[in-house]
Amino acid sequence: MKYQFNWSVLWSGQSGQWLLSGLILTLELSVLAWLMAVVLGTVAGAFRTAPWKPLRAVATFYVEFFRNVPLLVWMFFWYFGVPPLLPRALQDWVFAHSLEFWAAVCALGVYSGARFSEVLRSGIQSIPRTLIEASVASGLTVAQAYRHVILPIALRLIIPPATSESLNLLKNSSVALTISVAELTFQTRQIETYTAKAIEALTAGTLVYLVLCVTIASIMGWVERRTAIPGLITGGRGESR
Amino acid sequence: MVMLDFGVVWRNLPFLLIQGFLGFGNFVGGTLRLAIPAIVLGFVLGIFIGLGRLAPQAWIRLPATLYVEFFRGVPLVMVIFWMWFIMPIVLQTAIPEFGVALAAFVIFEAAYLGEIVRAGIQSVPRGQVEAATAVGLTGAQTMRHVVLPQALKNMIPSLVTQFIVLFKDTSLASIIGFMDLTKAAQVVNNREIRPFELYLFIAVIYWVCTYSMSRYARHLERRLGPA
Repeated sequence: MKYQFNWSVLWSGQSGQWLLSGLILTLELSVLAWLMAVVLGTVAGAFRTAPWKPLRAVATFYVEFFRNVPLLVWMFFWYFGVPPLLPRALQDWVFAHSLEFWAAVCALGVYSGARFSEVLRSGIQSIPRTLIEASVASGLTVAQAYRHVILPIALRLIIPPATSESLNLLKNSSVALTISVAELTFQTRQIETYTAKAIEALTAGTLVYLVLCVTIASIMGWVERRTAIPGLITGGRGESR
Repeated sequence: MVMLDFGVVWRNLPFLLIQGFLGFGNFVGGTLRLAIPAIVLGFVLGIFIGLGRLAPQAWIRLPATLYVEFFRGVPLVMVIFWMWFIMPIVLQTAIPEFGVALAAFVIFEAAYLGEIVRAGIQSVPRGQVEAATAVGLTGAQTMRHVVLPQALKNMIPSLVTQFIVLFKDTSLASIIGFMDLTKAAQVVNNREIRPFELYLFIAVIYWVCTYSMSRYARHLERRLGPA
């Protein structure tokens, strides 16, 4: 069983087209899930500091439950488990509008939202309380203190862990292949199935992911350096996946 | 509207837990049976990767750095497929799903665990190494008796977090047919068509495990105190 390489399968036939459509779907899925995750993460983070206990309990439950269960289980849950429970009209709509894609967006968005809220929380907690006291003492209103002092620092502190969490989201979007979303990993498998050239197909898919991740990481590294406040050390590191 | 029936979980409980979660039964499988060796072996490889990242010799440091950067830029699903296709070619023999999944997890997680080990070692003050050298320990002795014990303590919170991640990731072994908890739920669902109840149930099982791990980590962190 000697493996015969044939790299031309990558540029002959439909391979290129499949890879491109897979890449586009991966990006669409990731961007939508990212937006959902940021909104959910921010809302959950705000609720967790709310003065009303039931609100805090709901947010804590959301964060602790959703981020501690495998994404794959959530994919199956949203794809197989939820649609039958929806009202008839909504069911018809999702079945007609690529259910698997929206299930994947929900699974990835809700899962990552729970992880984003932890990033936001630790970012905000790392700002000393004295900073807001000092701002108020120097005559700013609380809103002004947030607008001009707290948020500019918090956002900078959050950049590195939020970047690594966003890259996790991008990589995690590959799990959507299990519910037959035709994203990048799915298309890589498709090339393998059609050409029986596993190594070539996997190399192509792997390179696309690597280039995506390295590009995003470099851009965010540049943003981090550009916006760095001199003298303020930002040492935050994201939790992996 | 469908009526929910959680009795399906009760009726299939032995299969889900004994075959799927623990791995005893007619199929090769088990979430725990995969997660435990993957955590142990991944950590061992991770220590070497982490030490390699800090090696003074460039020919050790560069490959270790490349290894970490590569695997942190690729989805785990991709690595599993790589192993699935490449292991039979390289080893010239059929490899069971367990071997493929274990290899993929160990290789992939070692990149993340290696970074944690590196950060832990770097958190030990330089003066400790100098003091150890001054009292006459060799480099290896310093590492073994002075640096690693302190580094390990600092690493514990991030290590447990990563073990939790690995534990959750074992669910991905089901995509190559390994009969873990997720696959067992899929099998039962194919017969019973009760996806909501079944997937919610296994979500709770995963949650109980990961949440108790994270509580234990918090307990350890408090007991050991700040470094």
